[in-house]
Amino acid sequence: MNKFSWYNAKSVEEALQEVNATVSEALSPKSPEAPAVFKSGGVDLLDLMKEGLVKPHKIININQIEGLDKITYDKKDGLRMGANATLAQIEAHPQIKETYLALHQAVAHAGTPQLRTMASLGGNLAQRTRCWYFRSIHHECLRKGSGTCFARDGENEYHAIMKNGACASVHASSVATALLAFDARVEIQNSKGKKNEVNLADFFVAPGDDSSRENILEADELITAVMVPPTSSKMRSYYMKQGARESYDWALADVAVVAEMSGTTCKKASVALGAAAPVPLLSKPAAQALEGKILDEATASSTAEAAMKGATPLAKNGYKVPLFKSIIKRTILAIA
Amino acid sequence: MDTKKIKLPHGIPGHNLGQIEREVPADEPPAWPVNDELKHVGKRVKRTDAEAKVTGAAKFTSDIQLPGMLYGRMLRSDYPHAKIRSIDMSAAEKHPGVYAVHIFKNVVGMAQPADDDAAGEYPDIKFAGQPIAGVAALTTEIAEEALDLIKVDYEYLPFVVDLEEAQKPEAPLVFTTNVEQDDAGGGGGGDTGLKTVGNVRGPSTSSFYGGPRGDLEKGFEEADTILEQTYRTQVQTHCSLETHGVVVDWKPDNVTIYASTQNTKNVRDEFAEVFDLPKSQVRVIQEYMGGGFGAKHSLGNFGVMAGYLAKKSGRPIKLMLDRREEHISSGNRPNSIHYLKIGARKDGKLTAIQQRSYGTAGVGLGAGVGRIAQIMYESPNFSTEQYDVFTHAGPGAAWRAPGNVQGCYGLEQAMDELAEKLNLDPIALRDVTDTSEIRKVERHRGAETFKWSRRKLPASDPGLIKKGLGMAQSHWPRIVHIDSTAEVRAFRDGAVEIRSAVQDIGTGTKTVLSQVVAEELGLKPEDITVRIGDTLFPDGPPSGGSIVTGSITPPARNAAYKLKLQLFDQVASKLETDASKLAVDDGQIMSTEDPSKKIAFKEALKEMRTGQISATASRSDDYGGFMVGNAIAYGGLGSVQFAEVSVDTETGFVKVEKIVAVHSCGRPINITQIENQINGGVIQGLGYALYEDRVMDNETGHQMNSNFDQYKMPLSLEIPDIEILIVEDYSGRSSTDAYGIGEPANIATAAAVANAVYNAIGTRIFEIPITPEKVLRALNKV
Repeated sequence: MNKFSWYNAKSVEEALQEVNATVSEALSPKSPEAPAVFKSGGVDLLDLMKEGLVKPHKIININQIEGLDKITYDKKDGLRMGANATLAQIEAHPQIKETYLALHQAVAHAGTPQLRTMASLGGNLAQRTRCWYFRSIHHECLRKGSGTCFARDGENEYHAIMKNGACASVHASSVATALLAFDARVEIQNSKGKKNEVNLADFFVAPGDDSSRENILEADELITAVMVPPTSSKMRSYYMKQGARESYDWALADVAVVAEMSGTTCKKASVALGAAAPVPLLSKPAAQALEGKILDEATASSTAEAAMKGATPLAKNGYKVPLFKSIIKRTILAIA
Repeated sequence: MDTKKIKLPHGIPGHNLGQIEREVPADEPPAWPVNDELKHVGKRVKRTDAEAKVTGAAKFTSDIQLPGMLYGRMLRSDYPHAKIRSIDMSAAEKHPGVYAVHIFKNVVGMAQPADDDAAGEYPDIKFAGQPIAGVAALTTEIAEEALDLIKVDYEYLPFVVDLEEAQKPEAPLVFTTNVEQDDAGGGGGGDTGLKTVGNVRGPSTSSFYGGPRGDLEKGFEEADTILEQTYRTQVQTHCSLETHGVVVDWKPDNVTIYASTQNTKNVRDEFAEVFDLPKSQVRVIQEYMGGGFGAKHSLGNFGVMAGYLAKKSGRPIKLMLDRREEHISSGNRPNSIHYLKIGARKDGKLTAIQQRSYGTAGVGLGAGVGRIAQIMYESPNFSTEQYDVFTHAGPGAAWRAPGNVQGCYGLEQAMDELAEKLNLDPIALRDVTDTSEIRKVERHRGAETFKWSRRKLPASDPGLIKKGLGMAQSHWPRIVHIDSTAEVRAFRDGAVEIRSAVQDIGTGTKTVLSQVVAEELGLKPEDITVRIGDTLFPDGPPSGGSIVTGSITPPARNAAYKLKLQLFDQVASKLETDASKLAVDDGQIMSTEDPSKKIAFKEALKEMRTGQISATASRSDDYGGFMVGNAIAYGGLGSVQFAEVSVDTETGFVKVEKIVAVHSCGRPINITQIENQINGGVIQGLGYALYEDRVMDNETGHQMNSNFDQYKMPLSLEIPDIEILIVEDYSGRSSTDAYGIGEPANIATAAAVANAVYNAIGTRIFEIPITPEKVLRALNKV
């Protein structure tokens, strides 16, 4: 690992004056000569540094900015989670468990208890893909500036089964899967002090649009909070994840379903899929297959089929299609 | 040699325990009774170093800090096959904080690509990760900066990393001549004198169990049923928590090496040879060890590099590998394509076994499937052909029961299939064809504990998640290392010490030695100071092959016995009795005829004429004489494991719910530590069965998962309920009659799990790891 200097930022404004690159820029050919990048929990950054992919000259520690880890919940306004809130904080929050069950489940299944204690929500959303070609110093892949996706014809057992034409990586965040189903929004502040809000779905960038990044963040921007709309008593949610192992593993497939019910009938639904594509996906066909239906075995099956209809699995990841179908079905039945 | 006759316990308690009379050297101690009648041996004695390990007081190689010490790092090839035209070290050498650089002219030590065509100045590159040069600097970071400044001019060459591709005639060659490699001190290596054609070397057709036997054709003619099947296993990498590494402290008249090694003696000998030093001037210390599963027998090329850097810089060098280096270059369990053809009669008697295997140890040798198929079952007709296939990948090394784990996976599934074909219960089939008494007892005790009788027909469990039960068994030879010596000393201040160069790989050798000496001297294990893992002391056995306990506990006991006799001589007159009438018990030396004539052991030491007394003993041939050449490898340690799994037929996930592991290791010495070993072996077996797999990218020749994130090992939630039964098995072969357990613990697990998966879903999976992908494919869902 390279030598770097350390800067403890006391405020968002201060942090935004010090930074000169996103982590994605710092690992690209476009990197400034002396990259200065943000670190919150440091989970992803440390991994990228250990692999020699990012060599920041300066690390701006935003972890000590006061108030940036605050979680507030209000029945009317919904949930607001500061970007520095750790996954452990979110996991332990009683109202999140009660009101946003799928989010609680997604957070509780991320990483390990140790990692969740360090990992921040903002960092989780901004983390880079775990694609092993991307993570390898020996592979100059599409995402690192070359024209080649090694995974498409290579070792792709953990890779994307949808929207994988340009790059077959999958987004690493499983927390995003749940947040997407809840229609979350991301608050971003820039160096001019301006705050913007974007839908989480618009936060992520597909490789076809720009392969060098996985989200819209610019160098002088920082996630400050994530907001989740209020729920009604008729809303139910559930999240399931299947990794290669039960302990400490990334999702091979994960799914979050949020449904507004009228008796046993689903009036409105959103189905989010993680580890299916280079970005977390909202499946419109799946939501359509649910809406207006009684949540039973048949609906669950047809929703799973609908969700996987457009799948384009690669040579070694065809198993992810039945795997997704199975957990989509089970998630829906868990809500019913 | 004077001899005497003694009667020793013989057989299995609760089954056929009796006695056997053996003629033994006259100075051997009297026979110990069975464990029930002993005080410390066979009991749950707490690890002597438990507290030091838990509190962090224990210093591992990676903790060693010496004054003026520098940090070494190695430059590794990032291409799998190349010639090096030139290397420019000048910028690295000038980098501030760098004290020495070194280029390997030849890569020696473990992980060595046999250097057949290295006529030039630099070694040929044969795998991605092969070390090229090294740097010593004030910090690891500075050393790594310097590595980045080294300019290597490569001529890239075509390569092959896939086992099957490498066998094709058009495949790029790894070696252009016949290959011979030294066995890296207890691990790896292969038969000598075999031919290499293309990338394929072999076949190896014989072992210490002999060569082919009988007439295969006739055997298959006599069979009522013939099973023919091919099984595949993956490459598994060593994942010791402490990586390979050394600290080399080169003083003018003595080199001290702190090494994370399972073989202090071998590290000393290799270092002395490479640097042309007398062995007596090289001292190797391993006080604590953070794990070793076969790949840490040797000095290693990193140890050679550390030696050169220490010599050049005049400073101590610490060179520890990082996790990636560990995965790509420091050894692995070779993969296998394992073909078996087995003929059986209706009653289950085997008529013939034909075996053929191909595997790759990368640039190394030793990719066989072991000898279980040759030894475990009675079959009058047998042949094996085991081939090594070279690929441009990191070298294999010994890995907990080398070959046997791969071989068992195939053989024990074949037996399961055969049982079904013959309409026999898998246990009943083995009762017919396996003559081992210990395994018979283990099968039946295990079956009762496991409730084997609840096993149903394959795939008969209703529902999406199906339960399945399976079993498998294994054989491991009782290997003894003759060059094993222990010294016991007693001091006037009351201290008693045992000393040997034998190292504690982490299994609890220190504790075992304290128990044996304490038992012999009538003291408590905590009264004994164990000083081992230092070549200043007499040579001990390597920690590999489950050799240690069987090799070093008899000399330990015998040295303690001799020392006790010396002490008896010193106190006999004071107690007004004959030394031959003295005995020890509970910290006292007393007359067997008059218990009032006694003295506390520690008091007796205080009154010694000299400050200390000492006795040394070495391992000799087994009682009964089983030595072949320079080693004893006779008879087997049996083990039987049972697995209960549930298989989710929709997601393809296999969960192991329960393992019952039934094991024998002669006379068990420390029950807790044996259980620890079996737990570890089972867990590694689960990793092998379900998760672990070195993923090589065929296009670039790199390992894609050379870290603990992407190389999947079982973690806490993957570990099932493991119930362990230890069966005492006395054979009257030495003064302790004890053997190791490390290797047997690991052999049968994967096959037991695979058989349980078959029982659950009714479709057999012929390749491990059994991932969701393979399960769903087997169920025609992909």
